Amino acid sequence: MDLNLTAEQDMVVGMVRRFVREEILPLELHLDPDADELEPEDKIRLIEKTKAMGLYGLDIPPAYGGPDIDLVTRTLIAIEMSQHRAGLYVPCYGTFGGAGLAQLFEATEDQKERYLYPTLRGEKSGFFGLSEPSGGSDPARAIQTKAIRDGDDWIINGGKLWISGADRADYGLVFARTDPDKGRNGVTCFIVDTDTPGFHVRRVVHTLRSARYATELQFEDMRVSARNILGEVNRGFAIANDRLTRQRIPYAAGCIGVAIKAQEMALDYVPQRETFGAPLSTRQAIQWMLVDNEIDIKQSTWITLEAAAKADRGEPFRKEAAMAKLVATEAGGRVVDRCMQMFGGLGVAKDLPFERWFREMRIRRIGEGPSEVQRHIIARELLGASLR
Amino acid sequence: MAIRLTKPWIDAAEALTRLRGNLGVFELANDEGEVLYIGYAGGDSLYGLKGTVTHALQQVAGATQVRFEVSTAYHTRYRELLMVYQADFGRLPPAHAGLPANLGKLSPA
Repeated sequence: MDLNLTAEQDMVVGMVRRFVREEILPLELHLDPDADELEPEDKIRLIEKTKAMGLYGLDIPPAYGGPDIDLVTRTLIAIEMSQHRAGLYVPCYGTFGGAGLAQLFEATEDQKERYLYPTLRGEKSGFFGLSEPSGGSDPARAIQTKAIRDGDDWIINGGKLWISGADRADYGLVFARTDPDKGRNGVTCFIVDTDTPGFHVRRVVHTLRSARYATELQFEDMRVSARNILGEVNRGFAIANDRLTRQRIPYAAGCIGVAIKAQEMALDYVPQRETFGAPLSTRQAIQWMLVDNEIDIKQSTWITLEAAAKADRGEPFRKEAAMAKLVATEAGGRVVDRCMQMFGGLGVAKDLPFERWFREMRIRRIGEGPSEVQRHIIARELLGASLR
Repeated sequence: MAIRLTKPWIDAAEALTRLRGNLGVFELANDEGEVLYIGYAGGDSLYGLKGTVTHALQQVAGATQVRFEVSTAYHTRYRELLMVYQADFGRLPPAHAGLPANLGKLSPA
Protein backbone atom coordinates (compact mmCIF):
# COMPACT_ATOMS: atom_id res chain seq x y z
CA MET A 1 0.00 0.00 0.00
CA ASP A 2 1.64 3.21 -1.20
CA LEU A 3 0.50 6.35 0.59
CA ASN A 4 2.79 8.64 -1.41
CA LEU A 5 1.51 10.83 -4.20
CA THR A 6 2.49 9.80 -7.71
CA ALA A 7 4.82 12.14 -9.60
CA GLU A 8 1.84 13.33 -11.66
CA GLN A 9 -0.28 13.97 -8.57
CA ASP A 10 2.59 15.83 -6.96
CA MET A 11 2.95 18.03 -10.03
CA VAL A 12 -0.78 18.79 -10.30
CA VAL A 13 -1.07 19.57 -6.59
CA GLY A 14 1.92 21.92 -6.87
CA MET A 15 0.37 23.68 -9.87
CA VAL A 16 -2.92 24.26 -8.11
CA ARG A 17 -1.19 25.36 -4.92
CA ARG A 18 0.80 27.97 -6.84
CA PHE A 19 -2.35 29.10 -8.64
CA VAL A 20 -4.16 29.68 -5.35
CA ARG A 21 -1.23 31.50 -3.76
CA GLU A 22 -0.16 33.58 -6.75
CA GLU A 23 -3.51 34.30 -8.41
CA ILE A 24 -6.38 33.93 -5.95
CA LEU A 25 -4.95 35.18 -2.65
CA PRO A 26 -3.69 38.53 -4.05
CA LEU A 27 -7.08 39.26 -5.66
CA GLU A 28 -8.90 38.29 -2.49
CA LEU A 29 -7.07 41.00 -0.55
CA HIS A 30 -9.12 43.57 -2.47
CA LEU A 31 -12.50 41.84 -2.29
CA ASP A 32 -15.24 42.25 0.25
CA PRO A 33 -14.66 39.69 3.04
CA ASP A 34 -17.94 38.03 2.12
CA ALA A 35 -17.49 38.22 -1.64
CA ASP A 36 -18.26 35.16 -3.70
CA GLU A 37 -17.33 36.48 -7.14
CA LEU A 38 -14.26 37.88 -8.84
CA GLU A 39 -14.43 40.86 -11.13
CA PRO A 40 -15.51 39.49 -14.55
CA GLU A 41 -12.22 40.40 -16.25
CA ASP A 42 -10.23 38.62 -13.53
CA LYS A 43 -12.37 35.53 -13.83
CA ILE A 44 -11.98 35.38 -17.61
CA ARG A 45 -8.21 35.80 -17.30
CA LEU A 46 -7.91 33.05 -14.68
CA ILE A 47 -10.13 30.65 -16.61
CA GLU A 48 -7.68 30.97 -19.51
CA LYS A 49 -4.93 29.98 -17.07
CA THR A 50 -6.74 26.91 -15.75
CA LYS A 51 -7.47 25.88 -19.33
CA ALA A 52 -3.79 26.24 -20.15
CA MET A 53 -3.01 24.07 -17.10
CA GLY A 54 -5.32 21.39 -18.53
CA LEU A 55 -7.45 21.50 -15.40
CA TYR A 56 -10.58 23.34 -16.57
CA GLY A 57 -13.84 21.43 -16.17
CA LEU A 58 -12.46 18.93 -13.68
CA ASP A 59 -15.77 17.15 -13.16
CA ILE A 60 -16.54 16.81 -16.84
CA PRO A 61 -16.00 13.26 -18.13
CA PRO A 62 -13.25 12.99 -20.77
CA ALA A 63 -15.85 11.89 -23.35
CA TYR A 64 -17.38 15.37 -23.04
CA GLY A 65 -14.10 17.27 -23.19
CA GLY A 66 -13.01 17.21 -19.56
CA PRO A 67 -9.55 16.19 -18.34
CA ASP A 68 -8.99 12.50 -17.64
CA ILE A 69 -8.29 12.72 -13.91
CA ASP A 70 -9.14 10.07 -11.31
CA LEU A 71 -11.14 10.91 -8.20
CA VAL A 72 -8.17 10.64 -5.83
CA THR A 73 -6.32 13.31 -7.80
CA ARG A 74 -9.46 15.43 -8.06
CA THR A 75 -9.81 15.17 -4.28
CA LEU A 76 -6.21 16.32 -3.83
CA ILE A 77 -6.94 19.23 -6.18
CA ALA A 78 -10.13 20.09 -4.29
CA ILE A 79 -8.15 20.21 -1.04
CA GLU A 80 -5.76 22.73 -2.61
CA MET A 81 -8.49 24.79 -4.31
CA SER A 82 -10.27 25.59 -1.08
CA GLN A 83 -7.28 27.13 0.71
CA HIS A 84 -8.46 30.72 0.64
CA ARG A 85 -11.14 32.85 2.28
CA ALA A 86 -13.99 31.98 -0.07
CA GLY A 87 -12.64 28.50 -0.68
CA LEU A 88 -15.19 26.47 1.22
CA TYR A 89 -18.14 27.31 -0.99
CA VAL A 90 -16.54 29.01 -3.97
CA PRO A 91 -13.19 27.27 -4.46
CA CYS A 92 -11.03 29.47 -6.68
CA TYR A 93 -14.20 31.45 -7.48
CA GLY A 94 -15.25 28.91 -10.10
CA THR A 95 -12.22 29.44 -12.32
CA PHE A 96 -11.74 25.68 -12.68
CA GLY A 97 -15.20 25.40 -14.23
CA GLY A 98 -17.57 22.61 -13.40
CA ALA A 99 -19.79 19.99 -14.90
CA GLY A 100 -22.98 21.56 -13.60
CA LEU A 101 -25.48 18.86 -12.84
CA ALA A 102 -23.68 15.55 -13.34
CA GLN A 103 -27.00 13.71 -13.64
CA LEU A 104 -27.39 15.18 -17.12
CA PHE A 105 -24.63 12.93 -18.43
CA GLU A 106 -27.23 10.16 -18.10
CA ALA A 107 -29.87 12.19 -19.97
CA THR A 108 -31.37 11.36 -23.37
CA GLU A 109 -29.62 12.80 -26.40
CA ASP A 110 -32.48 15.29 -26.83
CA GLN A 111 -32.11 16.43 -23.21
CA LYS A 112 -28.33 16.66 -23.59
CA GLU A 113 -28.78 18.90 -26.62
CA ARG A 114 -31.15 21.19 -24.75
CA TYR A 115 -29.47 21.26 -21.33
CA LEU A 116 -26.14 19.47 -20.96
CA TYR A 117 -24.21 20.85 -23.92
CA PRO A 118 -25.30 24.47 -23.38
CA THR A 119 -24.28 24.07 -19.74
CA LEU A 120 -20.84 22.77 -20.67
CA ARG A 121 -20.46 25.70 -23.07
CA GLY A 122 -21.31 28.07 -20.22
CA GLU A 123 -24.54 29.21 -21.88
CA LYS A 124 -26.95 27.78 -19.32
CA SER A 125 -26.93 26.94 -15.65
CA GLY A 126 -29.09 24.66 -13.55
CA PHE A 127 -30.15 24.04 -9.98
CA PHE A 128 -30.77 20.88 -7.97
CA GLY A 129 -34.24 20.89 -6.41
CA LEU A 130 -34.59 18.12 -3.86
CA SER A 131 -35.11 19.46 -0.31
CA GLU A 132 -38.53 20.67 0.79
CA PRO A 133 -39.90 22.51 3.83
CA SER A 134 -40.91 19.06 5.11
CA GLY A 135 -37.26 18.00 5.26
CA GLY A 136 -34.15 17.32 3.27
CA SER A 137 -32.42 14.47 5.05
CA ASP A 138 -34.98 11.84 4.15
CA PRO A 139 -36.04 12.91 0.68
CA ALA A 140 -37.68 9.61 -0.17
CA ARG A 141 -40.34 10.28 2.44
CA ALA A 142 -40.20 14.06 2.76
CA ILE A 143 -40.94 14.93 -0.86
CA GLN A 144 -44.47 16.27 -0.99
CA THR A 145 -44.27 18.10 -4.30
CA LYS A 146 -46.66 16.21 -6.55
CA ALA A 147 -46.65 15.57 -10.27
CA ILE A 148 -49.82 14.31 -11.91
CA ARG A 149 -49.91 13.03 -15.47
CA ASP A 150 -52.02 14.99 -17.95
CA GLY A 151 -51.74 13.54 -21.46
CA ASP A 152 -48.15 13.94 -22.62
CA ASP A 153 -47.42 16.41 -19.82
CA TRP A 154 -47.14 16.38 -16.05
CA ILE A 155 -48.62 19.04 -13.77
CA ILE A 156 -46.40 19.85 -10.81
CA ASN A 157 -47.55 21.53 -7.60
CA GLY A 158 -45.57 22.06 -4.42
CA GLY A 159 -42.39 23.76 -3.31
CA LYS A 160 -38.72 23.42 -2.51
CA LEU A 161 -36.53 24.98 0.14
CA TRP A 162 -32.78 25.54 0.56
CA ILE A 163 -32.25 25.60 -3.20
CA SER A 164 -29.08 27.35 -4.35
CA GLY A 165 -28.91 29.25 -7.60
CA ALA A 166 -32.53 28.80 -8.68
CA ASP A 167 -33.06 32.54 -9.09
CA ARG A 168 -30.26 32.70 -11.65
CA ALA A 169 -30.72 29.32 -13.31
CA ASP A 170 -32.14 28.57 -16.74
CA TYR A 171 -33.41 25.14 -15.67
CA GLY A 172 -33.36 22.82 -12.72
CA LEU A 173 -33.82 19.23 -11.67
CA VAL A 174 -37.03 19.03 -9.67
CA PHE A 175 -37.89 15.88 -7.77
CA ALA A 176 -41.61 15.24 -7.40
CA ARG A 177 -43.79 12.47 -6.09
CA THR A 178 -45.47 10.62 -8.93
CA ASP A 179 -46.79 7.68 -6.91
CA PRO A 180 -47.89 8.48 -3.35
CA ASP A 181 -47.91 4.82 -2.28
CA LYS A 182 -44.41 3.79 -3.27
CA GLY A 183 -42.07 5.75 -0.99
CA ARG A 184 -38.64 6.07 -2.57
CA ASN A 185 -39.92 4.23 -5.65
CA GLY A 186 -42.54 6.87 -6.26
CA VAL A 187 -40.30 9.86 -6.99
CA THR A 188 -39.51 11.19 -10.47
CA CYS A 189 -36.90 13.72 -11.60
CA PHE A 190 -38.08 16.44 -14.00
CA ILE A 191 -35.95 18.92 -15.89
CA VAL A 192 -37.82 22.20 -15.49
CA ASP A 193 -37.18 25.42 -17.39
CA THR A 194 -37.29 28.37 -15.00
CA ASP A 195 -39.41 30.39 -17.44
CA THR A 196 -42.19 27.79 -17.26
CA PRO A 197 -45.48 29.40 -16.14
CA GLY A 198 -46.09 28.46 -12.51
CA PHE A 199 -42.40 28.43 -11.55
CA HIS A 200 -41.73 30.97 -8.80
CA VAL A 201 -38.68 31.89 -6.73
CA ARG A 202 -40.58 33.23 -3.75
CA ARG A 203 -37.84 34.40 -1.44
CA VAL A 204 -34.20 34.45 -0.47
CA VAL A 205 -33.28 32.45 2.62
CA HIS A 206 -30.52 34.22 4.56
CA THR A 207 -28.21 32.00 6.54
CA LEU A 208 -24.86 32.04 8.31
CA ARG A 209 -23.38 31.82 4.85
CA SER A 210 -23.63 35.50 4.11
CA ALA A 211 -21.91 35.30 0.74
CA ARG A 212 -24.56 33.21 -0.97
CA TYR A 213 -28.16 32.50 -0.27
CA ALA A 214 -30.61 29.72 -0.69
CA THR A 215 -34.07 30.23 -2.15
CA GLU A 216 -37.58 28.98 -1.61
CA LEU A 217 -39.45 27.82 -4.70
CA GLN A 218 -43.14 27.40 -5.37
CA PHE A 219 -44.70 25.47 -8.22
CA GLU A 220 -48.29 26.30 -9.18
CA ASP A 221 -49.83 24.07 -11.84
CA MET A 222 -46.47 23.97 -13.57
CA ARG A 223 -46.82 22.00 -16.81
CA VAL A 224 -43.78 19.96 -17.81
CA SER A 225 -43.50 17.75 -20.86
CA ALA A 226 -42.88 14.02 -20.37
CA ARG A 227 -39.82 14.42 -22.59
CA ASN A 228 -38.29 16.35 -19.68
CA ILE A 229 -38.30 13.39 -17.34
CA LEU A 230 -34.72 12.52 -16.46
CA GLY A 231 -34.37 8.75 -16.31
CA GLU A 232 -37.55 6.81 -15.70
CA VAL A 233 -40.82 7.60 -14.01
CA ASN A 234 -40.65 6.67 -10.29
CA ARG A 235 -36.87 6.12 -10.50
CA GLY A 236 -35.83 9.63 -9.53
CA PHE A 237 -34.66 8.77 -6.05
CA ALA A 238 -31.76 6.73 -7.41
CA ILE A 239 -30.65 9.83 -9.34
CA ALA A 240 -30.82 11.96 -6.19
CA ASN A 241 -29.11 9.37 -4.04
CA ASP A 242 -26.23 8.86 -6.45
CA ARG A 243 -25.60 12.58 -6.49
CA LEU A 244 -25.70 12.82 -2.71
CA THR A 245 -23.15 10.02 -2.33
CA ARG A 246 -20.73 11.40 -4.93
CA GLN A 247 -20.96 14.94 -3.59
CA ARG A 248 -19.77 13.89 -0.14
CA ILE A 249 -16.13 13.44 -1.20
CA PRO A 250 -15.47 16.93 -2.64
CA TYR A 251 -17.57 18.32 0.21
CA ALA A 252 -15.15 16.72 2.66
CA ALA A 253 -12.13 17.85 0.63
CA GLY A 254 -13.16 21.51 0.87
CA CYS A 255 -13.29 21.27 4.66
CA ILE A 256 -9.84 19.68 4.75
CA GLY A 257 -8.37 22.42 2.57
CA VAL A 258 -9.69 25.17 4.80
CA ALA A 259 -8.44 23.33 7.89
CA ILE A 260 -4.98 23.03 6.34
CA LYS A 261 -4.89 26.74 5.54
CA ALA A 262 -6.11 27.70 9.02
CA GLN A 263 -3.46 25.49 10.62
CA GLU A 264 -0.76 26.95 8.35
CA MET A 265 -1.75 30.46 9.43
CA ALA A 266 -1.69 29.45 13.08
CA LEU A 267 1.74 27.85 12.72
CA ASP A 268 3.03 31.11 11.22
CA TYR A 269 1.43 33.23 13.91
CA VAL A 270 2.14 31.57 17.25
CA PRO A 271 5.95 31.86 17.17
CA GLN A 272 5.59 35.61 16.53
CA ARG A 273 2.88 36.50 19.01
CA GLU A 274 4.20 37.03 22.54
CA THR A 275 2.26 36.94 25.82
CA PHE A 276 3.75 37.37 29.27
CA GLY A 277 7.24 37.57 27.79
CA ALA A 278 7.25 34.45 25.66
CA PRO A 279 5.92 33.40 22.24
CA LEU A 280 2.57 31.63 22.19
CA SER A 281 4.30 28.66 20.60
CA THR A 282 6.05 27.91 23.89
CA ARG A 283 2.71 27.42 25.70
CA GLN A 284 1.57 23.86 26.04
CA ALA A 285 -2.06 24.90 25.67
CA ILE A 286 -1.24 26.27 22.22
CA GLN A 287 0.97 23.35 21.27
CA TRP A 288 -1.80 20.89 22.04
CA MET A 289 -4.25 22.82 19.90
CA LEU A 290 -1.81 22.59 17.01
CA VAL A 291 -1.30 18.89 17.65
CA ASP A 292 -5.02 18.20 17.77
CA ASN A 293 -5.43 20.18 14.55
CA GLU A 294 -2.76 18.12 12.83
CA ILE A 295 -4.38 14.87 13.90
CA ASP A 296 -7.82 16.07 12.78
CA ILE A 297 -6.42 17.08 9.39
CA LYS A 298 -4.54 13.81 8.83
CA GLN A 299 -7.47 11.64 9.87
CA SER A 300 -9.93 13.38 7.62
CA THR A 301 -7.50 13.49 4.72
CA TRP A 302 -6.83 9.75 4.70
CA ILE A 303 -10.45 8.78 5.25
CA THR A 304 -11.48 11.01 2.35
CA LEU A 305 -8.74 9.76 0.04
CA GLU A 306 -9.68 6.17 0.87
CA ALA A 307 -13.26 6.87 -0.14
CA ALA A 308 -12.04 8.39 -3.41
CA ALA A 309 -9.72 5.41 -4.04
CA LYS A 310 -12.60 2.97 -3.57
CA ALA A 311 -14.72 4.97 -5.98
CA ASP A 312 -11.86 4.95 -8.50
CA ARG A 313 -11.63 1.16 -8.22
CA GLY A 314 -15.34 0.89 -8.94
CA GLU A 315 -16.08 -0.54 -5.51
CA PRO A 316 -19.05 0.45 -3.34
CA PHE A 317 -18.06 3.57 -1.40
CA ARG A 318 -21.26 4.77 0.24
CA LYS A 319 -19.99 4.01 3.75
CA GLU A 320 -16.57 5.56 3.11
CA ALA A 321 -18.10 8.68 1.53
CA ALA A 322 -20.36 9.11 4.56
CA MET A 323 -17.38 8.67 6.90
CA ALA A 324 -15.37 11.24 4.92
CA LYS A 325 -18.20 13.76 5.03
CA LEU A 326 -18.82 13.18 8.73
CA VAL A 327 -15.19 13.27 9.85
CA ALA A 328 -13.97 16.13 7.63
CA THR A 329 -16.84 18.49 8.37
CA GLU A 330 -16.58 17.96 12.13
CA ALA A 331 -12.78 18.08 12.15
CA GLY A 332 -12.78 21.21 9.98
CA GLY A 333 -15.02 22.93 12.49
CA ARG A 334 -12.76 22.02 15.37
CA VAL A 335 -9.60 23.15 13.57
CA VAL A 336 -11.02 26.54 12.59
CA ASP A 337 -12.37 27.03 16.10
CA ARG A 338 -8.97 26.29 17.68
CA CYS A 339 -7.21 28.61 15.24
CA MET A 340 -9.62 31.43 16.09
CA GLN A 341 -8.80 30.84 19.72
CA MET A 342 -5.06 31.09 19.06
CA PHE A 343 -5.51 34.35 17.14
CA GLY A 344 -7.61 35.86 19.91
CA GLY A 345 -9.50 39.02 18.97
CA LEU A 346 -7.98 39.03 15.52
CA GLY A 347 -9.46 35.60 14.98
CA VAL A 348 -13.01 36.91 15.12
CA ALA A 349 -12.39 40.06 13.05
CA LYS A 350 -13.26 40.27 9.38
CA ASP A 351 -9.64 41.21 8.70
CA LEU A 352 -8.82 37.49 8.67
CA PRO A 353 -10.75 34.63 7.07
CA PHE A 354 -11.41 32.64 10.25
CA GLU A 355 -14.78 34.22 11.01
CA ARG A 356 -16.07 33.42 7.52
CA TRP A 357 -14.71 29.88 7.71
CA PHE A 358 -16.21 29.46 11.19
CA ARG A 359 -19.68 30.43 9.96
CA GLU A 360 -19.51 28.48 6.74
CA MET A 361 -17.91 25.41 8.32
CA ARG A 362 -20.82 25.19 10.75
CA ILE A 363 -23.17 24.73 7.82
CA ARG A 364 -21.09 21.83 6.53
CA ARG A 365 -22.23 19.63 9.41
CA ILE A 366 -25.79 20.07 8.17
CA GLY A 367 -25.56 20.51 4.39
CA GLU A 368 -25.48 17.47 2.09
CA GLY A 369 -26.86 15.35 4.91
CA PRO A 370 -26.18 16.19 8.56
CA SER A 371 -23.70 14.30 10.71
CA GLU A 372 -26.48 12.21 12.24
CA VAL A 373 -27.64 11.03 8.82
CA GLN A 374 -24.06 10.13 7.88
CA ARG A 375 -23.85 8.03 11.05
CA HIS A 376 -27.16 6.42 10.11
CA ILE A 377 -25.80 5.56 6.65
CA ILE A 378 -22.64 4.08 8.14
CA ALA A 379 -24.65 2.06 10.68
CA ARG A 380 -26.91 0.78 7.91
CA GLU A 381 -23.92 -0.32 5.89
CA LEU A 382 -22.45 -2.07 8.92
CA LEU A 383 -25.65 -3.74 10.07
CA GLY A 384 -27.11 -4.42 6.67
CA ALA A 385 -30.72 -5.08 5.86
CA SER A 386 -31.76 -5.40 9.49
CA LEU A 387 -31.59 -1.63 9.84
CA ARG A 388 -33.33 -0.68 6.60
CA MET B 1 -38.19 38.62 8.17
CA ALA B 2 -39.88 40.95 5.68
CA ILE B 3 -38.58 40.71 2.14
CA ARG B 4 -38.89 44.45 1.57
CA LEU B 5 -37.10 47.04 3.65
CA THR B 6 -40.00 48.34 5.69
CA LYS B 7 -38.23 50.65 8.12
CA PRO B 8 -39.51 54.26 8.16
CA TRP B 9 -37.74 56.88 6.07
CA ILE B 10 -35.49 59.21 8.04
CA ASP B 11 -34.35 62.65 6.99
CA ALA B 12 -30.78 62.34 5.68
CA ALA B 13 -29.28 64.75 8.21
CA GLU B 14 -30.96 62.96 11.09
CA ALA B 15 -29.97 59.57 9.74
CA LEU B 16 -26.31 60.55 9.82
CA THR B 17 -26.60 61.23 13.52
CA ARG B 18 -28.30 57.89 14.16
CA LEU B 19 -26.13 55.65 12.04
CA ARG B 20 -23.26 53.73 13.63
CA GLY B 21 -20.48 51.62 12.20
CA ASN B 22 -22.64 48.49 11.84
CA LEU B 23 -22.74 46.37 8.73
CA GLY B 24 -26.03 46.39 6.87
CA VAL B 25 -28.12 47.57 3.94
CA PHE B 26 -29.75 50.89 3.15
CA GLU B 27 -31.96 52.68 0.66
CA LEU B 28 -31.83 56.34 -0.37
CA ALA B 29 -34.96 58.16 -1.56
CA ASN B 30 -36.03 61.60 -2.74
CA ASP B 31 -38.59 63.83 -1.00
CA GLU B 32 -41.43 61.79 -2.51
CA GLY B 33 -40.08 58.55 -1.07
CA GLU B 34 -39.03 57.16 -4.45
CA VAL B 35 -36.09 54.82 -3.99
CA LEU B 36 -33.08 56.15 -5.87
CA TYR B 37 -30.38 53.84 -4.67
CA ILE B 38 -29.87 50.60 -2.73
CA GLY B 39 -26.52 49.97 -1.09
CA TYR B 40 -24.74 48.04 1.61
CA ALA B 41 -22.00 48.53 4.13
CA GLY B 42 -19.80 45.47 3.92
CA GLY B 43 -17.09 43.97 6.04
CA ASP B 44 -14.39 46.12 4.48
CA SER B 45 -16.30 49.40 4.69
CA LEU B 46 -14.89 52.31 6.65
CA TYR B 47 -17.22 53.09 9.57
CA GLY B 48 -19.86 50.66 8.30
CA LEU B 49 -23.29 52.12 7.55
CA LYS B 50 -22.31 55.56 8.81
CA GLY B 51 -19.39 55.89 6.42
CA THR B 52 -21.08 54.24 3.47
CA VAL B 53 -24.35 56.17 3.74
CA THR B 54 -22.47 59.45 4.18
CA HIS B 55 -20.55 58.76 0.99
CA ALA B 56 -23.64 57.59 -0.91
CA LEU B 57 -25.60 60.72 0.02
CA GLN B 58 -22.83 62.80 -1.55
CA GLN B 59 -22.99 60.76 -4.75
CA VAL B 60 -26.73 60.33 -5.36
CA ALA B 61 -28.37 63.52 -6.57
CA GLY B 62 -31.75 64.26 -5.02
CA ALA B 63 -31.37 61.84 -2.13
CA THR B 64 -32.93 63.37 0.96
CA GLN B 65 -34.14 60.36 2.94
CA VAL B 66 -32.57 57.18 4.27
CA ARG B 67 -33.77 53.91 5.68
CA PHE B 68 -31.48 51.15 6.77
CA GLU B 69 -31.28 47.73 8.31
CA VAL B 70 -28.37 46.47 10.38
CA SER B 71 -27.44 43.01 9.16
CA THR B 72 -24.40 40.78 9.01
CA ALA B 73 -26.01 39.13 5.99
CA TYR B 74 -25.52 42.40 4.10
CA HIS B 75 -24.33 40.68 0.96
CA THR B 76 -27.33 38.45 0.39
CA ARG B 77 -29.79 41.03 1.77
CA TYR B 78 -28.47 43.63 -0.71
CA ARG B 79 -29.02 41.30 -3.63
CA GLU B 80 -32.46 40.40 -2.31
CA LEU B 81 -33.47 44.08 -2.11
CA LEU B 82 -32.32 44.67 -5.68
CA MET B 83 -34.22 41.61 -6.90
CA VAL B 84 -37.37 42.68 -5.08
CA TYR B 85 -37.11 46.19 -6.51
CA GLN B 86 -36.66 44.75 -9.98
CA ALA B 87 -39.68 42.48 -9.47
CA ASP B 88 -41.78 45.44 -8.33
CA PHE B 89 -40.71 48.01 -10.92
CA GLY B 90 -39.21 46.03 -13.79
CA ARG B 91 -35.95 47.93 -13.49
CA LEU B 92 -33.30 48.88 -10.95
CA PRO B 93 -33.35 52.14 -8.95
CA PRO B 94 -32.35 55.15 -11.08
CA ALA B 95 -28.99 55.73 -9.43
CA HIS B 96 -27.77 52.23 -10.22
CA ALA B 97 -25.45 52.40 -13.17
CA GLY B 98 -26.00 48.79 -14.18
CA LEU B 99 -27.00 45.34 -13.07
CA PRO B 100 -24.70 43.61 -10.60
CA ALA B 101 -23.27 40.42 -12.07
CA ASN B 102 -25.58 37.43 -11.94
CA LEU B 103 -28.49 39.19 -10.29
CA GLY B 104 -31.26 36.64 -9.97
CA LYS B 105 -35.00 36.93 -10.44
CA LEU B 106 -37.55 36.80 -7.66
CA SER B 107 -41.32 36.66 -7.89
CA PRO B 108 -42.41 37.47 -4.33
CA ALA B 109 -45.91 36.31 -3.43
